[in-house]
Amino acid sequence: MNKSEQIRALMAERILILDGAMGTMIQHHKLEEEDYRGERFADWQSPLKGMNDLLVLTQPEIISGIHKQYLEAGADIIETNNFNATTSDLVRYNLQDYAYELNVAAAKLARKSADAYSTPDKPRFIAGVLGPNQKTASVSVDVNDPGARAISFDELVEDYSLATRGLIEGGADIILIETIFDTLNAKAAVFAVKTVFDEDDVELPIMISGTITDASGRTLTGQVTEAFYNSLRHARPISVGLNCALGPDDLRQYVQELSRIADCCVSAHPNAGLPNELGEYDLTPEEMADHIREWADSGFLNIVGGCCGSSPEHIRAIADAVAKSEPRAQPE
Amino acid sequence: MKNQVSMRLSGLEPFNVNEQTLFVNVGERTNVTGSARFKKLIKEEDYEAALEVARQQVEAGAQVIDVNMDEGLIDAEAVMVTFLNLMASEPDISRVPVMIDSSKWEVIEAGLKCVQGKGIVNSISLKEGEEKFIQQAKLVMRYGAAVVVMAFDEDGQADTKERKVEICTRAYKVLTEKVGFPPEDIIFDPNVFAIATGIDEHNNYAVDFIEATREIKRTLPHAKVSGGVSNVSFSFRGNNPVREAIHSVFLYYAIDAGMDMGIVNAGQLAIYADLPDELREKVEAVVLNTSPDATEDLLAIANDYRGDGKQVESTQDKEWRSLDVRKRLSHALVKGITEFIEEDTEQARLEADKPLHVIEGPLMDGMNVVGDLFGSGKMFLPQVVKSARVMKKAVAYLMPYIEDEKEVGDTNGRILMATVKGDVHDIGKNIVGVVLQCNNYEVVDLGVMVSAETILKEAVAHKCDIIGLSGLITPSLDEMVYMAKEMERQGIEMPLMIGGATTSKVHTALKIEPNLLKDQVVHVPDASRAVGVAQNLLSKENKAGFVTGVRDEYERIRVERLKHGKVHKTAEIKKARANKKAIDWSEYTPDKPSFLGLKTFDDYDLAKLVERIDWTPFFSAWELAGRYPRILKDEVVGVEATKLFADGQVMLKQIIDEKWLEARGVIGFFPANSVGDDIQVYTDESRSEVAKTLHHLRQQDVKKGAQPNYCLSDFVAPKESNKADYIGGFAVTAGHKIEQKIAEFEAEHDDYQSIMLKVLADRLAEAFAEHMHERVRKEFWAYEADEALDNDSLIREKYRGIRPAPGYPACPDHTEKATLWEMLEPGQNAGLSITESFAMLPTAAVSGWYFAHPESRYFSVTRIQQDQVIDYANRKGMDLMSTERWLSPILGYDV
Repeated sequence: MNKSEQIRALMAERILILDGAMGTMIQHHKLEEEDYRGERFADWQSPLKGMNDLLVLTQPEIISGIHKQYLEAGADIIETNNFNATTSDLVRYNLQDYAYELNVAAAKLARKSADAYSTPDKPRFIAGVLGPNQKTASVSVDVNDPGARAISFDELVEDYSLATRGLIEGGADIILIETIFDTLNAKAAVFAVKTVFDEDDVELPIMISGTITDASGRTLTGQVTEAFYNSLRHARPISVGLNCALGPDDLRQYVQELSRIADCCVSAHPNAGLPNELGEYDLTPEEMADHIREWADSGFLNIVGGCCGSSPEHIRAIADAVAKSEPRAQPE
Repeated sequence: MKNQVSMRLSGLEPFNVNEQTLFVNVGERTNVTGSARFKKLIKEEDYEAALEVARQQVEAGAQVIDVNMDEGLIDAEAVMVTFLNLMASEPDISRVPVMIDSSKWEVIEAGLKCVQGKGIVNSISLKEGEEKFIQQAKLVMRYGAAVVVMAFDEDGQADTKERKVEICTRAYKVLTEKVGFPPEDIIFDPNVFAIATGIDEHNNYAVDFIEATREIKRTLPHAKVSGGVSNVSFSFRGNNPVREAIHSVFLYYAIDAGMDMGIVNAGQLAIYADLPDELREKVEAVVLNTSPDATEDLLAIANDYRGDGKQVESTQDKEWRSLDVRKRLSHALVKGITEFIEEDTEQARLEADKPLHVIEGPLMDGMNVVGDLFGSGKMFLPQVVKSARVMKKAVAYLMPYIEDEKEVGDTNGRILMATVKGDVHDIGKNIVGVVLQCNNYEVVDLGVMVSAETILKEAVAHKCDIIGLSGLITPSLDEMVYMAKEMERQGIEMPLMIGGATTSKVHTALKIEPNLLKDQVVHVPDASRAVGVAQNLLSKENKAGFVTGVRDEYERIRVERLKHGKVHKTAEIKKARANKKAIDWSEYTPDKPSFLGLKTFDDYDLAKLVERIDWTPFFSAWELAGRYPRILKDEVVGVEATKLFADGQVMLKQIIDEKWLEARGVIGFFPANSVGDDIQVYTDESRSEVAKTLHHLRQQDVKKGAQPNYCLSDFVAPKESNKADYIGGFAVTAGHKIEQKIAEFEAEHDDYQSIMLKVLADRLAEAFAEHMHERVRKEFWAYEADEALDNDSLIREKYRGIRPAPGYPACPDHTEKATLWEMLEPGQNAGLSITESFAMLPTAAVSGWYFAHPESRYFSVTRIQQDQVIDYANRKGMDLMSTERWLSPILGYDV
């Protein structure tokens, strides 16, 4: 069985656990400018503090450590730490020439960690992340010209193609297009991934996860859940889901909607609630697990994890909560 | 779990097309090759007007928008990108999927890079061979679109049925077997060519298309068929009525053969059944190619229909008069014609053994037809009410004869109907009454403002089978809860039906049902459901099952509510206040109204209000859904909406010409400043003495980003700003004298006119409020002296300032209306009184506050917390329990 078949077979048996927040965990390390720079970028021309993706090169042991904590907590799938590592996003730090290297390194780190925990009974997988990109292809950047765009579809395809090749090179098992708030960006990612698969004669399973930004029930670019799904169904993903922006209470109805309409598996990785006045997420692991258990019992889920504010404790509680639950029935 | 195989398209909203979907209209007007006007707009780069064309298509019912920029003098690729990007910024256009239409692949590909939804490519074909076809199809799939495949191959465009089927079958095989294209995303366009051109070879083109469609749908699973409909009538350019008739007939047969979608002018589709018989016959002969002379025959009459396409109406309209009397009665009932009802009823009476048999026989038969048509969505409420009018007139004619014989007919059951204590609204209740009567229920109507005690006494006295309660204002919800408790306490076992604008399934489940254990309460969302509910409640066989279903559903709602009802994040009131709407008062000088104190308006000219009428609610009052004016062309209800509108216009003219109604109003302006969430109203400009304090509530939900927690007092300058600010109030009615006319209509058993008059009076009152607000802005408060807005902008509230009403979302406490009444004294100044639940009498009335600050806006206060309610009760000097009772619909906690 290859990886793709393995994942599909496992998803038929049980709900798979995705890891939790990376950014929140990095924050706990209270890293300073020099930590981000490390030796290699000590003399870099511009500030690098906050460029979490660079840590796969400058502080690899911190990132591996977080991966390991999630693997310990029971994650079946861990995500690579390269959320913003596309050429156009990296320009802000003048790191545009490092896009490929960062993607390769992020995948390699995750690969090493996952392999260390993988057993025949509980194989671990790594999901190579394609983030949303800061710039959006379908929203105007100029109030006086609603037709103006900060980035084109073709530029996005180029960026995502490079990142995809890096992730494959580094050993990713899955390509995860996530935190989608502009579906056109995600369509560019799908286009890039499919083109790379075609040209390089490889094929990995694709996971897709969108973001419903607020109580309007729409993505940032205005789509309702089902419209979002219809727009990306052509990717033929192994799963489609939702993550970020909302806690499980607010996200539930949209996951339910996806579960009703999707003809692939369904995933969710909600935030640990909404940020409070101090910007902290205060849903406890138990509270979050209670929500997720109810979703699982309602038959919504095939893959579940956490997004902003979640920790290894959250993932452990979630893993325990759904351990005995049946996964959402596989569509025919 | 298997989903239906659908072509799953999307804009901002999903749009799934499968075998159950009705014919899909693709809007054709944003096409430079088909619309001279659109071409001109694009050439002149007037994109704003071009977008308006797209918007009108969507409003007229287009479910997909076709965009085509193929024109020699236009840079199609660049313009396609510009236009699609602009469309993406217009949610009311981009909610539907886009069809990217071009004969140039580069243009299509550029377009595909602009749309986030799943659109349709129009088109690709085998014209340049299989290799290119495969390459383009793969890319379409990778971009994530459905595709139109033209019936075109290396040898040219297919014209016969055989060629069309052959090419489409080949393309289908290539796509599904070599490309892996999802079959449900393939749409064939088997080429619509012009017929009746004078060239004999063209005569069979429509038949070829229709028969090819039938074969494609039969042999190629999940594939769709589409076509450019207007091509077929090309030879009748300049005669739109005939063209539309051809389109209508062509579609009638093509859709029957399986055509799924078509590129059409969504605003202009004639209804097949509405075509004059003569025209339809001739057009049918042309479309179906049934006679060699068909074209000549159609040409011979075509000029007669150049106008509005409706030449012949009168002759066949009277044909039904020659039918036998049973059929005449049935026809009169279904069509709602009262003209001959007495003579027909008399004839039926003479032919019957007993007068009662006329009711039980032909009349009930006719009403059963009406009931069935209404139940299956083929008739709409205004028609049913007209039918009921015919029935009532016939029954009234027969009554004297029946009473002589002392007979009583059997009915399906007796239902008591009443608007609860404190509430005066009865349009919805009357409509439900009519619908029930149409279905042979006896209705005991107790009218409005009926106390629970009276309702129960009468229900027992009349041996009613069901009690139906109606209410429009929020305090009526409480009265209904009380009613349920009283039924329980008095041990009255009767089912209860609940309806009216503020009632809901959730309220019924949470608040009413737990109080009513002896029998069942059911929320009835609209009149069309009333019969089904009554039937179930009174059926020996079905009642138990029906009640179990309702109970389970309400239980689910309660459980769901327990689990998820409390999760809304709310802020402490002091935090909400800290996040009030921040207005820099130092930068703002409030406008002083042209007078302080009151101004009254007697016998206001109704003609001045007509242009301010918002017609959309007129249709919803009659349970016809849709926005005016689009509703007049609605595929489903358009015809009835148009008739209803015409009837409304006729009565509106009578109302004005014959002064059926009288409008009166009072407005006032007062010096005011805000103090916290309250507004102090002063006796005079010295602002030393507080005359009244207006109490307002603040939003308490946790806001994201820069959103403030609004309270109406935020829009009035705070006392400490030392700015002299003002507040206004108004109370207007258009309902005086209505009782006279209503009594006349009721004497004539004419529910249709009676309901029509009430609905129009409501519209006039709203129009009066809108008109008065405009005068206030321009003339009385005069802060917008040169405002110039059309009615649509007024309905969309694009002006400065607001007029919120106590009891509505921004100031949901009805009891504040008492203060408004003390300030304006509408009782003596406008003949307007209020009930103990603060409903206004006459019913057709609007009252509220005026706020003038440019930042003032409507918002909704919901889910407030006890900390605010305690504070609010203290400010008002009201005890907590009564405060909580009045605010119960908006409390965010359980009492």
